[in-house]
Amino acid sequence: MPKYAARAAVMRAGPHVRHCRSPNACDRTGARQGPGGAEERVSTTLLSIRGLTKAYPGVTANDDVSFDVAKGEVHALLGENGAGKSTLVKMIYGLVKPDSGAMTLDGAPFVPTEPRAARASGAAMVFQHFSLFDAMTVAENIALGMEDPPRLRDLATRIREVSDQYGLPLDPARRVGDLSAGERQRVEIVRCLLQDPRLLIMDEPTSVLTPQEVRILFATLSKLAADGVSILYISHKLEEIRALCNRATILRQGRKVASCLPADTTAREMAEMMVGGSFKTPARARRATGEIALEISDLSLPPASAFGTALKHVALTVRQGEILGIGGVAGNGQDELLAALSGEMRSRADAIRLFGQPIGRLGPEARRRRRLLSAPEQRLGHAAAPDMSLTENAFLTAKDREGLARRGFIGWRAARGFAEKIISTFDVRTPGPDTAARALSGGNLQKFVIGREMLQRPEVLVVNQPTWGVDAAAAASIRQALLDLTASGAAVVCISQDLDELMEISDRFAVLNEGRLSKARTTGDLSVEDIGLMMGGAHGMEVAHAPA
Amino acid sequence: MLRLEHRPQPSARWTWLAPPLAVLITMIAGGALFAALGKNPVDTIRTIFWDPLFGEFAFYYRPQLLVKAAPLILIAIGLSLGFRAGIWNIGAEGQYIVGAITGAGAGLAFYPLDAWFIFPLMILAGALGGFLWAMIPAVLRARFGTNEILVSLMLVYVAEQLLAKMALGLLRNPEGRGFPGSRNLQQYAPAHNAEIIANTGIHWGVLAAFIAVIFAYILLARHVLGYQIKLTGQAPRAARFAGVNTERLVFICLGLSGALAGLAGMFEVAGPAGQISIEFNVGYGFTAIIVAFLGRLHPLGIQLAGLLMALTYIGGEAAESSLQLPAAAIQVFQGMLLFFLLAVDVLSNFRLRLSRTEAA
Repeated sequence: MPKYAARAAVMRAGPHVRHCRSPNACDRTGARQGPGGAEERVSTTLLSIRGLTKAYPGVTANDDVSFDVAKGEVHALLGENGAGKSTLVKMIYGLVKPDSGAMTLDGAPFVPTEPRAARASGAAMVFQHFSLFDAMTVAENIALGMEDPPRLRDLATRIREVSDQYGLPLDPARRVGDLSAGERQRVEIVRCLLQDPRLLIMDEPTSVLTPQEVRILFATLSKLAADGVSILYISHKLEEIRALCNRATILRQGRKVASCLPADTTAREMAEMMVGGSFKTPARARRATGEIALEISDLSLPPASAFGTALKHVALTVRQGEILGIGGVAGNGQDELLAALSGEMRSRADAIRLFGQPIGRLGPEARRRRRLLSAPEQRLGHAAAPDMSLTENAFLTAKDREGLARRGFIGWRAARGFAEKIISTFDVRTPGPDTAARALSGGNLQKFVIGREMLQRPEVLVVNQPTWGVDAAAAASIRQALLDLTASGAAVVCISQDLDELMEISDRFAVLNEGRLSKARTTGDLSVEDIGLMMGGAHGMEVAHAPA
Repeated sequence: MLRLEHRPQPSARWTWLAPPLAVLITMIAGGALFAALGKNPVDTIRTIFWDPLFGEFAFYYRPQLLVKAAPLILIAIGLSLGFRAGIWNIGAEGQYIVGAITGAGAGLAFYPLDAWFIFPLMILAGALGGFLWAMIPAVLRARFGTNEILVSLMLVYVAEQLLAKMALGLLRNPEGRGFPGSRNLQQYAPAHNAEIIANTGIHWGVLAAFIAVIFAYILLARHVLGYQIKLTGQAPRAARFAGVNTERLVFICLGLSGALAGLAGMFEVAGPAGQISIEFNVGYGFTAIIVAFLGRLHPLGIQLAGLLMALTYIGGEAAESSLQLPAAAIQVFQGMLLFFLLAVDVLSNFRLRLSRTEAA
């Protein structure tokens, strides 16, 4: 597994210390091929994109984008939020029709009018959000997506064959509701592979995986590429792209701005090409930690929903000036832990203590008044109301702390002022505070939500997935803001699935697995392998590959 | 080919343009319907929309407009609060009936005493009756998780039975020679909801409706409770995160809408209707649902929608008698209004695009 080993080595060394080995490799015009790519390049082109343009009212999502994907190549598509990656792959997959431009697939004109046509031509896609039915088995779910499903028994045999062939352990008879996120993703991948695709599009595939699961996925993708399947790979995780991809195309504001050979380009260089400028890496100042700010002892709670996870005897402490990172794959109790801390779920009074005071029975508003603030993972619908303006959304949690209401009446001018302050302090790109939350891109809304809590000067801040779906520059600024907050004496609990992020900012690290929280360990002492073990491995399933 | 394209955010302009456009389309489609029935469409539309306001007999119709609109607006305002929070009180008709019974009952209990406090007491009793009737679905939802749509709707039919029982039994006029129906409150001055200004149609209920519009407007625009109502309806999970007590909101919304419907019933029985009788209720509670949506669940919109709906009632009756239109045709016409409003509503969230069928 040489590629993954490289990634792990880089993670230990810190993500931003490498430099571009060959200056020629970073080709900013996009027209030339770097010399280092000669041996990686396959002579025949599978997908050729020429001048694709798609405009939506008020925004040009893609502007004259051209690039080629070679046969058997893993091709990365990079860009900030809103750079037009999604629109581009939707056009390739037949979900969106381009305004102008042309595509060819293996030399033949490729004009998919709907996903079915794209699939018939050999293009398949694994979405970031899975479309699976929890209550049905793996085989039943796969049969549902097929045009002409075979008998379930034959299908199960095929699923086993394909999953063995590509090292994706998967039991067709299991219920999807019982699968981990990584296993669910395998269902989606196997569903695609059953169609014998020539082009596989993957949208942020590793965002929900443990390191071990990532390793399995990468081995599978390498094997597919070796068999001649082209892979178009969308991700924010630049180190992954460096480890996996042969070439990368970088989009900014709908245009192709550069292409490069990821292996010869540093993550920082790629990030700067995406942003079109340089940005600061979060800097951590050593700080003395103060008294215990938040303490959870023996907290057990029933699951929030039918497929939620019960919290079992969770205990933790966070001191002032400290970031406690909580890793683990989504669906292992993260939502429940956040709800227990935000006050959406009540518990025994003394299960949660804030500076020694029992607060387990208090509701969200009372906890905010005591300066325990939180920002949930789901931006639209949980942290913010989609159809309400940013002003109204600023009011959502800042009512008491910012004094935005007096005797039950709302001071809209003050609320608007607070929204404007969030927008300017956290560089939220939006026409103004009257814009509806749902009109913002994911990253911008995330900055708004995090900024809203930070500007209320919390003593304890709990965040779940603070940089999920946020581009590199914005993620760096959010992490910096979290570090700055602790520097001023606040305590932070950061729940995240992004291990690189947790390694970068947290002082101590614990893992949430099936509702149980591991003992927290000092981050500096941990290796990636340690973390993988803390996370409970790849859910008891063996890697079915021989090392490539 | 026409295509619908999702707007990034709802269009404020179309939110307000949709209702007038829906009225216009209703007039056109209604005109076609009347033409198919062999009536002159222009005459019919004029009889419905123009004559009651500006025709020869407008002096009679205009006060009627307020009398009919007042209960619609009063009930619709209450309903709109719940609808905004995703709490569906479909049983305003029942709360209206019970409010009328308790209001009239409170007044009749003092017959023939002449005292100033009787009418205010009736107002309180009417509101309380509607409130308590609405508390039944609220308690059942909070305690057992029942669906308030079904419970409140079924309670309408219970209320109708109660009304018949009252008209025949407890509240029957002892001097009515055995006919069903209570004493006529119009003839019992301390309990009579009389016109405040003669021949304008403006009785206390009309005044109450205007006050309700103003209060609802302030509540929704400026008050924390109004914000919580909107937030709960739009994003229930965000509302819980914000700290809204959703259970309490169910009680508030159902209670308020019940109390307003009860008030409407009380003003109606003490004024225009005059007595508790078996056929007392005429569907205001149901029509108010249309009014609430036609007015975009916005207080000022509801005010206008209530007046418009009252106009189609009055104009429709005029068209029935003067042009011999079947009553069903008028009901279809009123139904079209909601139908087209919901159809045109699409435009506030989507825009129409003319797309060529191009070869890319």
